[in-house]
Amino acid sequence: MSKTFSVGGIHPHDNKISANQAIENLPLPAVAYISMAQHIGAPAEPVVGKGDYVQVGQIIGKASGFISANIHASVSGVVKSVEPYPNPLGNKSMTVIIDVQGDEWMEGIDQSAELVGDINLSGPEIVKKIAEGGVVGLGGATFPTHVKLSPPPDKKAECLVLNGAECEPFLTSDHRLMLEKGAEIVVGTQLMMRALGVQKGYIGIEENKPDAIRHLSKLVKQHSGIEIVSLKKRYPQGGEKQLIEAVVKRQVPSMGLPIDIGVVVQNVGTALAVYEAVQKNKPLVEKVVTLTGRSLLNQRNFRVRIGAPLSELIAAVGGLPEDTVKVVLGGPMMGESALHLEAPVLKGSSAVLFLSEQETKRLPQSACIRCSKCIEACPMGLEPYLLYKYGLSNCVEELEQNHVYDCMICGCCMYTCPAYLPLLDMMRFSRNQVLAIMKNRPKN
Amino acid sequence: MVKKLLVSQAPHLHGKENTRRIMLDVLIALIPAVLVSVYFMGLSALSVFAVSIATCVAVEYLIQRYLINGPSTISDMSALLTAVLLALNLPPTSPWWMVMIGAVVAIGIAKMTFGGLGNNLFNPALVGRVVLLISFPVLMTDWTVPPSIFRVGADAISGATPLGIIKEGLAGGLTMEQLQGAHGFSYQYLLWGKIGGSMGEANAFALLLGFAYLLYRKVIRLHIPLTIFVTVALFTGILWLINPQQNADPLFHLLTGGILLGAIFMATDYVTSPMSTKGMIIFGVGIGVITVLIRVYGAYPEGISFAILIMNAMVPLLNMYCKPKRFGEVIKNG
Amino acid sequence: MLSVLGVFLAAVLYFVAQKFKVYEDPRIDEVGAVLPGGNCGGCGLPGCRAFAECCVQAESLDELFCPVGGNALMASVAQILGRTAVEKTPTLAVLRCGGSCEKRESTNQYDGMASCMVAASLYGGSTACRYGCLMLGDCVRVCTFGALHMDSQTGLPVVDEPLCTGCGACVKACPKVLFELRNVGPKGRRLYVNCQNKDKGAVARKACQAACIGCGKCVKVCTFNAIALENNLAYIDFHTCKLCRKCVPECPTGAIVEVNFPPKKAVDATPQPINHSVNS
Repeated sequence: MSKTFSVGGIHPHDNKISANQAIENLPLPAVAYISMAQHIGAPAEPVVGKGDYVQVGQIIGKASGFISANIHASVSGVVKSVEPYPNPLGNKSMTVIIDVQGDEWMEGIDQSAELVGDINLSGPEIVKKIAEGGVVGLGGATFPTHVKLSPPPDKKAECLVLNGAECEPFLTSDHRLMLEKGAEIVVGTQLMMRALGVQKGYIGIEENKPDAIRHLSKLVKQHSGIEIVSLKKRYPQGGEKQLIEAVVKRQVPSMGLPIDIGVVVQNVGTALAVYEAVQKNKPLVEKVVTLTGRSLLNQRNFRVRIGAPLSELIAAVGGLPEDTVKVVLGGPMMGESALHLEAPVLKGSSAVLFLSEQETKRLPQSACIRCSKCIEACPMGLEPYLLYKYGLSNCVEELEQNHVYDCMICGCCMYTCPAYLPLLDMMRFSRNQVLAIMKNRPKN
Repeated sequence: MVKKLLVSQAPHLHGKENTRRIMLDVLIALIPAVLVSVYFMGLSALSVFAVSIATCVAVEYLIQRYLINGPSTISDMSALLTAVLLALNLPPTSPWWMVMIGAVVAIGIAKMTFGGLGNNLFNPALVGRVVLLISFPVLMTDWTVPPSIFRVGADAISGATPLGIIKEGLAGGLTMEQLQGAHGFSYQYLLWGKIGGSMGEANAFALLLGFAYLLYRKVIRLHIPLTIFVTVALFTGILWLINPQQNADPLFHLLTGGILLGAIFMATDYVTSPMSTKGMIIFGVGIGVITVLIRVYGAYPEGISFAILIMNAMVPLLNMYCKPKRFGEVIKNG
Repeated sequence: MLSVLGVFLAAVLYFVAQKFKVYEDPRIDEVGAVLPGGNCGGCGLPGCRAFAECCVQAESLDELFCPVGGNALMASVAQILGRTAVEKTPTLAVLRCGGSCEKRESTNQYDGMASCMVAASLYGGSTACRYGCLMLGDCVRVCTFGALHMDSQTGLPVVDEPLCTGCGACVKACPKVLFELRNVGPKGRRLYVNCQNKDKGAVARKACQAACIGCGKCVKVCTFNAIALENNLAYIDFHTCKLCRKCVPECPTGAIVEVNFPPKKAVDATPQPINHSVNS
């Protein structure tokens, strides 16, 4: 019996066109643009300068602050410059630009495909190696993994939930990873379970990936404590709170974190990165990216060096399709649209999606007919139509009273709205506004 | 040349639903009822539909064009839907001018003065019907039906609604058994027959067919109609058990009059019904109770139009107090 | 019988009204009567009534000013209350962006919600200039006096001078802070830098032909020290500026705009500045 969450949710067509394409290595880029702000939290401090020679895996940005992550060179070559460079949305961040020369890896990095299954490190040692490897949550939120694996002393983790739901339409990178790197993911899971000191781990996978469920079920047979959970196909099944409810039947309280109910969630891609960082000394320098879209002739799953410009990925699939009007980094429900194609692949990029005008162009809005479809769809049980109205007239107090801060920005409301209202655009803005006010409010 | 890409916030996809499609679905669901009424009641029914549609659409267009100077929303078909619903709520013998007045009231007063689609407090078609019912009580309860064009020479249908007959009969000292026997109100007749009444009440089966379609297309949710049915059945059931001679049984109540039309098509109107599940249930119960109160104790034989309008007025209140259950709300840390 | 009841109830109503009577300073109504009644919030208070109450209760009128009614109105308020009002120079809103559609090429198309605030929370805008107008008209929507409209040719908002009261609603609404309240000036003559781009000259110039590139020529030519250059952007201080217009021909991009001056023969050779806020 497949499990699922209780409130809201939608069923968009899953469009997993690239699911049967094995992961291929993308050729090295000519220039790599490695941003210092690829994670949530404080940007890393660049520690190399113009003219320095760097090797693959060398630290070029040091974590600054508690919530931050190291950045490593993903290519070898000479640093061309360290300057603010626009991210896909044109917002600038400090970036180390490297002219690629050859492919020299740092000593001590195990590049072989051999599986290292024995774990002989203690929990804190594992966390330290993860922090050194610059591993961040690869599900899209890019929260530094080592911070998530060291819960505050007053909270105790009870289980680890691995997110293999991949509920966003089009994306297939996690699916391919589970098929091709299943054994490594299982070791990565064990590493994180040891780091957290928990005995129970779950891997939740949506039932539209039966091959991945079969494959991983076979692999975890000899490991007690890890269970594969089949999930219904429903968006946003991969949302942290939704996934926890589906797997362990507990709801994360409003404004709370999963650790409040003793759960830590990690993405399957993160599990692989953890395995590589701990067992192979290989920091996070590569990322599997799905290149997909209905009008693309050959959809692909590429293993890409972080910092490679999008234009090189696009060239590898034969250039921008004729009818593409929007390029989205990530899934169509929560991804970011890109405005220039020289932007680099970041740690959080899981896909490059090409959408045609017919698929993505927003249609003219009409009046709200109070059909309550947005309420039905909202996985957090909010009233998007009302929050939208309050947002338009900037009623901050009412927004807070109606819990706009619970919004998880999944996009279900806007997807279903028959009047084509920009519900989420407004709510995202209101939510950030209200959260900022709540944060600055003196606590009593 | 570099392509100028589209940039926007997520989500980048949209579902297939839109307002027009929803309105179209409701219209499709009404097709059986419309066909049946035309079949039973002939050309006069057709002319009521024609006048109602023409007036509603024209009034909406003229108001938007000349009074508001705003964009026209005719193409979303909401005016068309109001027109068809209004016609279904009128007797087939309605004179053209009365239909026009109803249509002007429905669109002009009940809908446009509140700000057009999405802002009206009351169901426009019902406002139109009730205004006519109060202004022209004789014309609105004249159910003499001309013989159908399809069966020339057939008898004209009896001139009163089953509910009206029962109400008058009971007041005249007759018992239910005598009344049902005298007029042949079997359940088959009520489900299939051509019942006297407004055009939409002619055949219960046609309405149920539309109900099934709306549920299949997920245009409406089961909550409102179901709670109305259950409430009406329970309430009349209790009365019937107390005194079967003076009260009609629940099934009779459900199949006669406008309960089906009202519960399926009028009470479920998005704009004038509550947003949350809890609100919908209270809304349905309220309509059921008020309907039965009016039917059994009130002056009118039928009360669902009034019941829906009264509960429409409660909707803002229900929306305010009946919030959907939030995720993570139950186990809030104390 | 009924008349007795009527008299009785009237008496009850009278006593209730007496008992619950709220004393209100009659001067509040008097002050309220001279106020414009637009409830624009330009005074910083929620509506004209609140302003009237504040005027009556406050010790002095120094801190209070209705920008809509200006000095004349404040004088009459002062007369009602028997106090003195401070004179303030009338101001109006000035848009400091010259990046019209033709001067500033778009690099992408914005397809999100038509709100400057929302667009600004996403990214820098549909042109390469991250400081310029987003052209989505938040300012037009907040203006209670109808003094703003979007020019379909340039894509920029236009201030209708006679209607603008200087209430400052647009200043608050613009996420790029492009509006500034500046003195109306003698005979409506004003001089200002029509740009807010703080990028380096080359970057700014590439993004927009009308950008201030921070060259500093205007600063050098100004004899009154009224122009300051900060973050690659010149700013003319309207308190010290003597409106001599020496800086106008110096500007290589025509970013310094003169408004309501009589035509001058000598400046013909220089690039014609855009006089977008001149009444038409």
